[in-house]
Formats: sequence, C-alpha cells, structure tokens
Amino acid sequence: MSTVAVLVESRDGSVTQPTFEALTLARTLGTPVAVWIGAAPAPAEAARLGIHGAEEVRVVDAGDAARLPAAAAAALGAATADADVVLVISTFVNKEIVTRLALATGAGVVVDASDAEMVDGHVETLQTVFAATWNVRTRIATDKAIVGIRPNTTQASPGETPGAATLVEVAADLPETRELVTGVEPVPAPDGVPLAEAPVVVSGGRGTNGDYTLVRELAELLGGAVGASRDATDEGWISHEHMVGQTGTTVTPALYVACGISGAVHHRGGMQASGTIVAVNIDPDAPIFEIADFGVVGDLGDVIPQAIARIKEVRGS
Amino acid sequence: MRILVTVKFVPDLQSQRSFTDGAVTRTGDDGTMNELDENAVEAALQLREAAGEGEVYALTVGGDDAVAAVRKALQLGVDHALHVADASVAGSDVFGTAKVLAAAVRKVHDEAPLDLVITGMAALDGLTSMLPTALAAELDWSQLTLASGLTIDGATATVVRNLPDAHETVSAPLPAVVSVTDEANTPRYPNFKLIMAARSKPVTTWTLEDLGVDAATVGAAAARTVVVDASPRPPRENRTVVTDTGEGGAALADFLIERGLA
Ligand SMILES: Cc1cc2nc3c(=O)[nH]c(=O)nc-3n(C[C@H](O)[C@H](O)[C@H](O)COP(=O)(O)OP(=O)(O)OC[C@H]3O[C@@H](n4cnc5c(N)ncnc54)[C@H](O)[C@@H]3O)c2cc1C
Ligand SMILES: Cc1cc2nc3c(=O)[nH]c(=O)nc-3n(C[C@H](O)[C@H](O)[C@H](O)COP(=O)(O)OP(=O)(O)OC[C@H]3O[C@@H](n4cnc5c(N)ncnc54)[C@H](O)[C@@H]3O)c2cc1C
Repeated sequence: MSTVAVLVESRDGSVTQPTFEALTLARTLGTPVAVWIGAAPAPAEAARLGIHGAEEVRVVDAGDAARLPAAAAAALGAATADADVVLVISTFVNKEIVTRLALATGAGVVVDASDAEMVDGHVETLQTVFAATWNVRTRIATDKAIVGIRPNTTQASPGETPGAATLVEVAADLPETRELVTGVEPVPAPDGVPLAEAPVVVSGGRGTNGDYTLVRELAELLGGAVGASRDATDEGWISHEHMVGQTGTTVTPALYVACGISGAVHHRGGMQASGTIVAVNIDPDAPIFEIADFGVVGDLGDVIPQAIARIKEVRGS
Repeated sequence: MRILVTVKFVPDLQSQRSFTDGAVTRTGDDGTMNELDENAVEAALQLREAAGEGEVYALTVGGDDAVAAVRKALQLGVDHALHVADASVAGSDVFGTAKVLAAAVRKVHDEAPLDLVITGMAALDGLTSMLPTALAAELDWSQLTLASGLTIDGATATVVRNLPDAHETVSAPLPAVVSVTDEANTPRYPNFKLIMAARSKPVTTWTLEDLGVDAATVGAAAARTVVVDASPRPPRENRTVVTDTGEGGAALADFLIERGLA
C-alpha cells in the first residue's frame, strides 16, 4: 500500500473541513498519514484526523519560520520522505510550498485538481480548466506525486476503520532563507464558513450598488458564505477576501447565487465548476445567464426579498 | 535599476479556448500576452521611471507566435525583447519552463547584473502560480511572491503579501524574483508613439543551444506530468431563465427547494 501524506490546514487550532476531504480522498489512494506543521495539535484534533483515516499525525514544529515557503517545504519534506503521494489543499501558499518540495524531491505536481486516483501504480488527476469549460486528466509520471486538491470536490466522511492517529514528532533541518518576514497583520477570521469551503456561496456585484444586506441575509438563510465580484471589492464595498474569480478565490460550492454580477470571464473562472448556478440580473443579455441553471431577469431588490420570504414560509409550514 | 519581466503568450480569454492532442491550442490570431503580466510590466516601468534610469527586458518562452507577447511589452515601453523559441520546449511542465526561463535570465544577468525579475501572479491558461517560486529556486535568488505592493530601498526589496489569514510584509536582498498581483498597480495602455516605436525595435531570439540548456532536460520528454485526456465539458442542461413580473423571487425559491438546496 502506498503512503499518502496529507498536509493539515488548521484555523485557530481546529482542523479545517478541506483537510477531512483530503483525508477521505487519501484513503482511496493508500494509507493516509497527516502532517501537522506547528506546535502539537490538541488531542481532540488529532483524534478527528484519526477518525478520517490518519494512521499517524506527524508533527513538525518549525516555529514562525514556517511562514516562508522554503522553510515550510523543508518541514513538509522531512515529514513525507517515505510518502508516495503528498496531498495538500490547493491554496496560493501551498502551491509555493509544493513547488519547493517538488524541486527538492523530483516529484511531479498537479495543482487545482478536483479528483485523484491510482491507475497502474501512477496517480492520475482531474482538473477543470479554461473557466471550467474543459476537463483534463493528467498522469503524474514520477514515483513520488504531489497533488493540490480543491476544497469541496470530495465529500468528507469518517473511515470505516479509524486510524490510530499516533502523534509522531519529526525534526526538520530548516534552510537559511534570504527572506525575512518583518510584519504579520492577521486578517480576522470570517464569521461562519470561509468562502473556499462553503457549501453555498451567495455573491453580490456592482448591481448591489454597495448594499450587501440582502446578499448577506440570503447567504445566512442558506447556510452559505458571502462572495463578491472584483468591481465590488475595488469599490471598497466589501473586503478583498470575499472576491470570487480567477485572481480571487476559486469556489466550487453545491450552490452559487450571483446577484447583480454580469459574469465576466474572470469571474466565471472562479465559480463555473459550482454544482448549481443561480443568477439574478436586470439585464437579460448578461453573460452570467449563459451558465446559470436558473436565472431571474429582474431587480435584485425585488427578487431576493421575495425569495427569502418564500423559503421562510415553506420552512415554517 | 535593471529589471527583467517574464511575459507568457496565452489564448485570449474571450476566445474559444481548446486543447489539441493534450496541449493548449496556441495560434497567433487568438493569442495575446497574459493579462496579469501587464501588472508585471507596469511594476517594472514604474521602478525604472522612479529611478530615472535603468533598463527593462521582456522575456517569453514559447513557439513562434509567442513573439506577440514581447511585442506587446515593447508597446507598453520596455527596452528590450527576448524570445526563447525552440521546438524542444513544447510540452514542458512548470519545472522545464522554469529551467529555460532561468537560463535566459542568467544569460542577461551575466552580461550586466539584474536587480529584479518580475512575473505575473498567474498565467491565465495554466493558472498554477507555481512558476515564480520555481524560477526563484532555479536561480537561487530571493523569492518575494504574490506582492500587492513592492518597494526598493537600496539593495533590499520589500513586498506586501495579502494572504487569506494575514497581510505579511517580507523583505529580502536583491537580486529577487517578485511576482505581482493584479492589486499591485493599474497597467497603462500603449500610446501611439510607443506602438510606432515598437515596430522598429528588434526581438532577440534564442534557442536552447544559445542558452546551454540540454534539450533532453526540458519539454515533453522530461515532463513529470503528462496530459492523458482533454475533453470539452458538456454544457449545462435544462437551463431556465424567467423574467420577473412579480413572481421571480418565488420562482427562484421554488427552484432551490425543488433541488433540495434551500
Ligand atoms: C486581470 C484581471 C483579473 C480579474 N479578476 C477578476 C476576478 O478574479 N473576479 C472578478 O469578479 N472580476 C475580476 N476581474 C474583473 C472582471 O473583468 C469584471 O470587471 C468584474 O467581474 C465585473 O464585476 P460585476 O459583475 O460586479 O460588475 P458589472 O460587470 O458592472 O456587472 C454588474 C451587473 O449588475 C447588473 N445589475 C445592475 N443593477 C442591478 C439590479 N438592481 N438588480 C440586478 N442586477 C443588476 C447589471 O445588469 C450588470 O450585469 C478581473 C479583471 C482583470 C482585467
Ligand atoms: C490547463 C493547464 C494546466 C497545467 N497544469 C500543470 C500542472 O498541474 N503541473 C505542471 O507542472 N504543469 C502544468 N501545466 C504546464 C504549465 O502551465 C507550463 O509549464 C507553464 O509554462 C508554467 O506554468 P503556468 O502557466 O501555470 O504559469 P504560472 O505559474 O501561473 O505563471 C506565473 C507567471 O510566470 C510567467 N510565465 C509562465 N510561463 C511563462 C512562459 N512560458 N514564458 C514567460 N513567462 C512565463 C508569467 O509572468 C506568469 O504570469 C499546465 C498547463 C495548462 C495549460
């Protein structure tokens, strides 16, 4: 059986949902082990990793140095020397870390994958590219494979036989780096689910005219996160962390609701692979309607409150 | 200030993008300089202008049509255009591409030292965002990636990185590889004078041999990843668009409830 190492993502000490998704996928590829970079996790968190199949939790405490990709790559490398597959969540930071790891190990890398499987002893991945208009299957030809997996592409589930999740401390030789982090200004965690992980995303664009009340209300009702177009973040109506699109966050929720968003190709690139797409736009020719499963041509100021009222009414009855 | 900017030739976002035999279809008609590399060019030009002296090079690696990318950079105001065109590069993965780019950077650097290489944050076709890190590692230069702000003070570069969990400030000595985001600046438009001047500017073309790169170490032959299938996704079926005449919101709600989404 292959050893499949999963790099754990955590927020305020808690393991994130995409990590459990990656562990679930890892079980289909071989024997999962979890890699935790930082001070040792709380026992309850280690146990949750075990429930999702991790046989071991390898802890590499690289301290603050781990903010630098080269140092984080060395830490990850030390904990994954025996791994046939290294799975990470496909974030901008992890892409930098795995690039360094690949150069150090000779491994092939695919990022932004939506799935991975073993075929004749090699990892094959699926990616949706060109604003989700094409599917690409790639074989990683090297013995060691690194895959960056997108959140929300695997349904997380506990393992049939929970792993032991034994804590193993791993020492890492950190490289000298030229870069020095001189300032870290934390971004407050979003209330509720972060955008990339949310099962539902309700986004508002220029058509909101800066008023996100309805967008937020609908998002809350549907248990989702609030997204935005770049025009909206550029206007300062909502912070940059909410931006969906090719240069913002790529999302693949089960439901994406676009309110007052035209559907520019840059925006579509970040949401077109979503399960169901719904659009509300006053312009019948808005390109967003070309990819919407359900569209309403109308003023979001009329349509959204009515939709909210109807959902509440049905739920109440 | 001597700066080299990497610019990639990619299919126009508005065109029908496709694959042929597992590789991106790249033709002169529908190809263009990667939009996000406009931010890299802009960052370089602003530094040159602020310093009041210096030279900016634009470098692309790609087939014959890729010359369009460096021509665009000339129109924006860079001083020199470099194009590595060699059939053996086709099918490279990130690491092969980085090796070729690094060899070309070194060739320029050996003639007269460079201070910076500036790249875009992502190429809007491959979208891996891995190349800047790979290039910094190949060159063994400082890595300052995903910069939404860049300042140079003497021999030190400082960038601001807006990451989801924190805004970082990172400094490192020159020479450095810096990738800039689309928040870093607003790219200029080419003006008529520059467009005319660009026409007569030469483009230097190099082969792998000129760079001393062994063809067996790059291209499809050396690639660690191989595309085994590329196929268009079927369009969404059963799409419905209704016009709101007073019932649109309720129709939307019913749709969501029917699909088990609300
Ligand atoms: C290099 C580059 C990268 C980019 N990256 C991104 C990215 O990652 N993400 C992104 O989103 N954009 C990105 N953009 C910007 C993108 O091209 C578009 O400009 C942007 O997405 C448009 O935002 P919008 O849809 O909110 O605004 P608009 O295009 O102005 O659309 C507003 C829509 O609201 C509708 N509307 C107006 N009033 C109402 C109303 N009362 N009710 C209902 N509908 C109404 C209008 O009909 C219109 O369709 C990028 C651009 C560049 C150049
Ligand atoms: C759909 C698709 C998916 C791919 N997936 C992978 C993958 O998972 N793993 C892998 O190893 N390879 C992959 N490749 C191959 C990879 O895209 C190329 O090797 C590419 O040249 C470098 O990566 P990028 O385009 O993603 O660049 P990015 O890292 O996204 O680009 C960042 C910057 O690097 C510069 N740059 C990139 N390429 C060039 C160039 N040729 N000339 C000049 N400057 C350049 C530009 O300034 C650009 O803004 C993929 C290609 C495609 C088309």
